[in-house]
Order: sequence, then structure tokens, then C-alpha cells
Amino acid sequence: MPFECITALRFLKEGRMQTLAIVSGVAIGVGVIVFMSAMLTSLQGNFVKRVLMAQAHIQILPPEESARPLRGLASGIIYANVIQRPTQRLRSIDQWQTIIAQLRRRADIAVVTPTVSAAALAVRGNASRSITLTGIDGDDYFRIVRIPEYITAGEPRLTSNDIIIGSELARQLGVSVGDKLNVIAASSTTRSLTVSAVFDLGNKGANERSTFVALRTAQSLAALNGGVTSIDMTVHDLYAAEVVAQSVSASTGVKAESWIVTNAQLFSTLSAQEMSFTTIQGFVALSVAFGVASVLIVSVIQRSQDIGILRAMGATQYQMLRVFLLQGAILGGLGAAAGSALGIGALSVFHAVVRLQDGSELFPLSVRASLFVWSISLATITGVVAAALPAVTAARLDPVDAIRG
Amino acid sequence: MRSVAESGHILTLEQVTKTYALGRPNALEVLHGIDMALDRGEFVALVGPSGSGKSTLLNIIGLLDRPTTGRLLIRGADTSAMNDAALTALRNESIGFVFQQSYLLSAFSAIENVMMPMLLKHEFPTEAMRTRAGELLADMGLSAWADHPASNLSGGQQQRVAIARALAMSPALILADEPTGNLDTHSADSVFEMLKKANTELGTTFLIVTHNEALAERCDRTLEVVDGQLTSAVH
Repeated sequence: MPFECITALRFLKEGRMQTLAIVSGVAIGVGVIVFMSAMLTSLQGNFVKRVLMAQAHIQILPPEESARPLRGLASGIIYANVIQRPTQRLRSIDQWQTIIAQLRRRADIAVVTPTVSAAALAVRGNASRSITLTGIDGDDYFRIVRIPEYITAGEPRLTSNDIIIGSELARQLGVSVGDKLNVIAASSTTRSLTVSAVFDLGNKGANERSTFVALRTAQSLAALNGGVTSIDMTVHDLYAAEVVAQSVSASTGVKAESWIVTNAQLFSTLSAQEMSFTTIQGFVALSVAFGVASVLIVSVIQRSQDIGILRAMGATQYQMLRVFLLQGAILGGLGAAAGSALGIGALSVFHAVVRLQDGSELFPLSVRASLFVWSISLATITGVVAAALPAVTAARLDPVDAIRG
Repeated sequence: MRSVAESGHILTLEQVTKTYALGRPNALEVLHGIDMALDRGEFVALVGPSGSGKSTLLNIIGLLDRPTTGRLLIRGADTSAMNDAALTALRNESIGFVFQQSYLLSAFSAIENVMMPMLLKHEFPTEAMRTRAGELLADMGLSAWADHPASNLSGGQQQRVAIARALAMSPALILADEPTGNLDTHSADSVFEMLKKANTELGTTFLIVTHNEALAERCDRTLEVVDGQLTSAVH
């Protein structure tokens, strides 16, 4: 160890009460940051995961039908100045197979799958419920919305006569796996389908309304032979979805919507949360800086004779500067290391103690190692910056005045 | 006539003055044109009443303070043009200090205090430094105390550690400001003998500020500062 390290450590060790006090102060500050940050990350991650559990990252929808102005009006004919919005009939995406082939070649898109979505009635005996019928290509679609993970009974099998339904619908219609169910589409087409699986998405509405059938089954029920109503995609980088969506729109000429746009409110809530957390972080860093600075300012005064004698013996101004900057770094780094342990300990206790009513965890913990690296680096840098003033004071001390005290 | 700079003196002062608060109405000149020279191996006492400028002179000689005018030469090298880093390096290698109080670093053990000037020069501690410091402490009769915290030693012991520390870099010159001023007669004698021993055995030049006439008489010669001027040698 060089002179500066040895001396900085000895000075801190000798003033151990001061050192302990400020390290504890830094540790509490950093502990709060680590606790909040880890909790916020876990909560947000969990929140986003729940939101995306039942939806694609990007969806391509057919263009909406809009009223077009009439051209070449004959003179003397006056039209009312009211333009009625046309009804949006179920339409297929033009050239969807070409678009899908094009999208599958992109490196930033993980999964692409066509779907058909239509409103229908599920009927059994004299009970009927309105449902959203989603025609899917099971293999690809299940990589986007992981229905098989939520299946409580049956197999995620989708032949042309199968239907996967939610637990609430199964309860209301009194069906279970293997039972038959009549599905009447808006086009009046009726099919008798077999329940191949029942899922529970943890959301009553979804469990009641969402149903999945094979793509062809949905196409025939919705009278959209060979057509699809949307193309669903997942991307590798969740938060780059909007950028990818815009690039997809630009390259294919169809409208692509990302989950970021369709969940704009959720996103603004998350960023507001982030902002308030950053503010708190800033103030904690500031109080850490003032704490370290005040301890070192006192230390320079207390040690002025030591500094003087070291200078007399041949310590350069830079050596003295480094001794005190290092003390700042050590106080910051040590406090942050203790604070990280404290924060993560508190979070584990919180996670273990605060539970949902059914005893399951409030949210899954996701703590990244980068959080600690970040906190410790930030606190160390803060310590060095805070030590700048006392260190410069120490370096500039006139040895004669310093020795005299 | 040969100039003092060429004569091979360890230390030469030429017309050194020191004025505090220079350029202000309360400016005070405390040293008025000091000329002096010390030869290798001399053991010199510096005496004078309080406030006569002894300490100021010692600080200037020790490169802790700069003269307002005049020249200070250490082994023939003019220090007036040197920057702080060069002065610091010169101080580290050529000058040892012993003060009235030992000013040991309380955060370090006795042997580490002795090693400190070597550590400041070479940055990283080595076994050779420890051996050298151990030998110096043994010379001072303090081997048993080498690893004790400096603050646990008695006043006399601390002062002997301070002497060992001053000798660590084998400096050409040791400046001692009232080195025995805080010690009882027995300890003072012992400390003085240590200084004398280093002078005779190592040939180190000593300049000792003292109020103690008996002590001054045991030196090779005595310089007296009165009102900021060096009077002729007392003996």
C-alpha cells in the first residue's frame, strides 16, 4: 500500500468514533436508496410483466375505414355538412403473409404471429355468454402470451375443433375439459367446439371473456377466409418497442402500435415514479456529501499538527491532498457497501413479512448486481467530491502555522 | 575572497531578511540581514531572548518559510528559485527536524513514525525501511517500544523517537528547536547525548535552539540572535 492509503486508513482508524458515525450516516442514506430502488425496479418489472402477460409488444391492425369526400358534385346538388363516421367492419390486413415474411427477417423482433379476433357468443344449454374469440397459431402465439403457463386443467391443444377457455366462463357455463360448447359468431355461423383446456389469468374479466381457437376455426367463424385481423409481435428489448413499431410502420406501410403507446398512462405513471425517486436520490447524495465534508473539515483542523509535521518531513502538497481525498472515498465506499447490505436486508425482511392475503409474495424480487456497483461507485465519487474542500485546505496548510497549532 | 557559496558549507545564509505583513502599514521586519554558515559536522547552539527571531530563522533554514530577501544555500544549492515541490524534496533528503514537542503521529507506532520520512520519499514501505528504522530505535535504546503506539511512550522516549525519525534519511543537517525544553533533567541529558552521539558518529550537522545555557556551552559554538540580528559567536 502506498503512503496515502496507509495514512488515510490510519487517520480513519484513529478517529474511529467519527468514522463509525459518518459511515453509519452514509450507510443509512445508501440503504434507503438501495431499498427504494430495488423495490421500485421489482414493482415496475412486475407491473410491466403483468400488463404484457396478455398482450403483444407490438400489434399491426388493419387501417380504419374513413369517410372520403365525394368528387365531381353536379351543380345544384347540396350535401349536408355532416360527415358520419363509417362503421368499422371486421377486415383483414392486406397482404398479411408478405408482411409477416418481411417482419420475420428482422433481428429486433423475436416472434411474429397472425391472429383473428372476433366477437362471439358461447352457448351451452340455455346459458350464453359473450366472448372474444381469438384465432391463433398456437406454437407462435403461446410464445407471446404464455397461456400454457396459466392452464389449470387440460392440454394447450388447438385442433380445428378445440377451444381454450377461462376458468370463469367454464364456471358460468358449467363446462370442463372434454365438454362441448357452441360458439355463435356475429356472422351467424355456429360451431360446436370441445374445451381442450381451462386457464386462469388471475383476472376475472379475462377469465370470462378470453377464448382461444385455431386460426382457421376463427377465420371460418368470422367469415374471414384466409384473412387475419392483427399481427402480434414481441421484441427483444421491451422498452424499444415504440422505436421498432415506428420502423415497422415505415417499412411495411401498415399501422403498428406498441404497448408503450397503448399503455401511455401506465408509462407516464412509471416515469413520474422514477422522477420522484431520482429527486430523493439526489437529496440523499447531497446529505451524504455534506456529512462526509463536515467530518473531514473537522479532521483537517484536528490533524493540523500531523499535517504540518508530515509536510516538514517532506510530504508534498499532492500527497496530503490525496490522503484526504482517499478518506472521502473510503468513507463513501465503505458506507455504501454497508448501506447496500442494509438496504437489501431490509428489502428481504419487507418481502418476507409483507404478503398478499393468500400468503403469496407481493411482487417477485429482482435485484441486479449493477445496482450495488452503481450505488457504491456513486457514493465513492460523492465522498471524493465532498472531500475536495477539506483536502485542498489540508494541502495548502502552511507547515509553520500547522505545527504551531 | 571566496564567496560562502563556494566554500563547501552545509548551509549558507546571505543577507537574509524576513518581513511579516510585507507592504502593509503593520509590516514588521523580524530578521535584518543575517549572514551565517554552518560546516559539516558542526554542533552549533542558537540562543537569544524570546521574540528575537530565533524560530523565524530556524523556519527559514528548515525551508518551511522563505526569506523576504537574501539567499539561502543548502550544500551550495540556491533555494530561492526552487518551487514548493523542489523545496519539499530537499527538506525530505537534507534536513531533519526535532521540535520541543516530539510531534509524533499518534496514529502510527514508534517504528512507523521513524519510517515515515523514507515512506514519504519512496511511497511504498519496504523491509529495508523497517530494518533501518529498527536500527535507529535500537541506537536510541527503544527496541522494546518499536511496535507500541507513539502516544503510549513517555515524553523522553517520544523525543528519542523524534530524533531517530530526524536521522532516518541521514540528513546533512538537523534543526532542533528546544529539543529538551519539555523534559526533566535526566531525560534532557539523555536526549542531548543522543544528539551529540549522532553528531560525532554520523557527522551530521546540528543547529540547536536552546534557552539552556549549560546545554549551549556543551556545543561547539554558539550563535546569538538579538533583535533579528546575529551577533558574533558567544564562544
